[in-house]
Amino acid sequence: MRSLAGTALLASAFAATPAWAQQSPYAEYQRMATESAPIELFEIAGEELWKKKQGPKNVSLQACDLGQGPGVLKGAYTHLPRYFADADRVMDLEARLLHCMTTLQGRSREEATKRVFGNADKASEMEALSAYVAGQSHGMPMRPGTAHAKEKATYDLGRKLYFHRAGPWDFSCASCHGEEGKRIRMSGLPVLFKPEYARPLMSTWPAYRVSTSKIVTLQWRMNDCYRQMRMPEPLFGSDTTVALIHYMTVTAEGVVYRGPGIKR
Amino acid sequence: MRRLLPLSIAATLAACAAPGPISERPSVAAQDLESITALLKRDFRERGQAKMDRTQLDEVQRICNLNADNPPESLAKPLEEAQMKAIKFPNGSLMGDWKNGERIAQSGRGSMWNDKPGVQQGGSCYNCHQLSPKVEAYGTLGPSLAGFGKIRGNRPEIQQYVYGKIYNAKAYSVCSQMPRFGHAGTLNEQQIKDLVALLLDPKSPVNQ
Repeated sequence: MRSLAGTALLASAFAATPAWAQQSPYAEYQRMATESAPIELFEIAGEELWKKKQGPKNVSLQACDLGQGPGVLKGAYTHLPRYFADADRVMDLEARLLHCMTTLQGRSREEATKRVFGNADKASEMEALSAYVAGQSHGMPMRPGTAHAKEKATYDLGRKLYFHRAGPWDFSCASCHGEEGKRIRMSGLPVLFKPEYARPLMSTWPAYRVSTSKIVTLQWRMNDCYRQMRMPEPLFGSDTTVALIHYMTVTAEGVVYRGPGIKR
Repeated sequence: MRRLLPLSIAATLAACAAPGPISERPSVAAQDLESITALLKRDFRERGQAKMDRTQLDEVQRICNLNADNPPESLAKPLEEAQMKAIKFPNGSLMGDWKNGERIAQSGRGSMWNDKPGVQQGGSCYNCHQLSPKVEAYGTLGPSLAGFGKIRGNRPEIQQYVYGKIYNAKAYSVCSQMPRFGHAGTLNEQQIKDLVALLLDPKSPVNQ
């Protein structure tokens, strides 16, 4: 885990900031936000949950295989999403953690997903675990799986989903994230099929979201975008959300992971 | 600290626009749309007012998805005409109360799974358009509408156009990015009239 030293945290925040933002007041805002963001606390909570014996089998997640072997955390996040033979599907970090909860710990999917998104008072188990696991990949280049046939299919699906217009307001992801230099109200809208936008963003999830004082994950981001697209609710860790996350992560491929990060 | 953000992002954005065509959109076939819709039916669940029928594509969405939002005239024209025919234009003046229109334009509530159905929904207009020049927090996904009525006046044909455009933007441009607020049932007749007034009433802040 990273040290608590503000300077190290600061340096990483600036490295993750796109060049165009560094000379702006936004950089100052990010610096201030980074100094006070309690990311380290979520990582510590996540470590405790990783080691905590839970579920009908009363075991911890320490034998969970995130793709680099049972219990291997270092660098595991940078290779996600990827194909897992034991589940015969592509999984992102959160889908994989859920898989370990249901298989290793013997918990029901219903119980394990009862509270996947927390609030400012209390992060969810999934959010804390995500912060802890992702933190073990800090400083390493992101190389999601792209070689397996199912990884290729997932990427293609994610790309199609990104542009798929549906729902009462006829929205796709590209309705907002499709054209450069646009904003919704005052918020800039990253064009996530372009590497220059995907890299700084995909390398900082999960993140502490200053405006809501909570840790947020990519599964949450997909969920909340579909809410605003006026669609029904996507299931946690579903093929749909994993495909979108995979598509955007592959678009950012090669970027050095700087998270857990800070979001507005 | 939160108040500091909007201005700084505006400054940031002014510097970040970079040119470049968007060529990433994949071509999709009818088969793809069927399998994506089937996937969404499996991967989503209804919540609040957001029922599963929202995953089902109508003909407008289908044609726009199949043609990367740029269908040939032969497909676009009849669809636009059908959408136009389905607009319910009220009789008489289409100008409501611009003050209420401003509230509707400001509100981003409406049709989401956490919005209460039946409660006054918003139009999210400022999310994408500049309207009153006094409001700084406006989006740029759509064109600026500041001074809209000052330039065009408010004769009945203009009122009719604005009402129809808000009711169903796809009647005018079949793959418009703008939601069909009347057609989708998000805004009712009176609310759309209030928005017409916001755009066309000489006293509206939009026209100051």
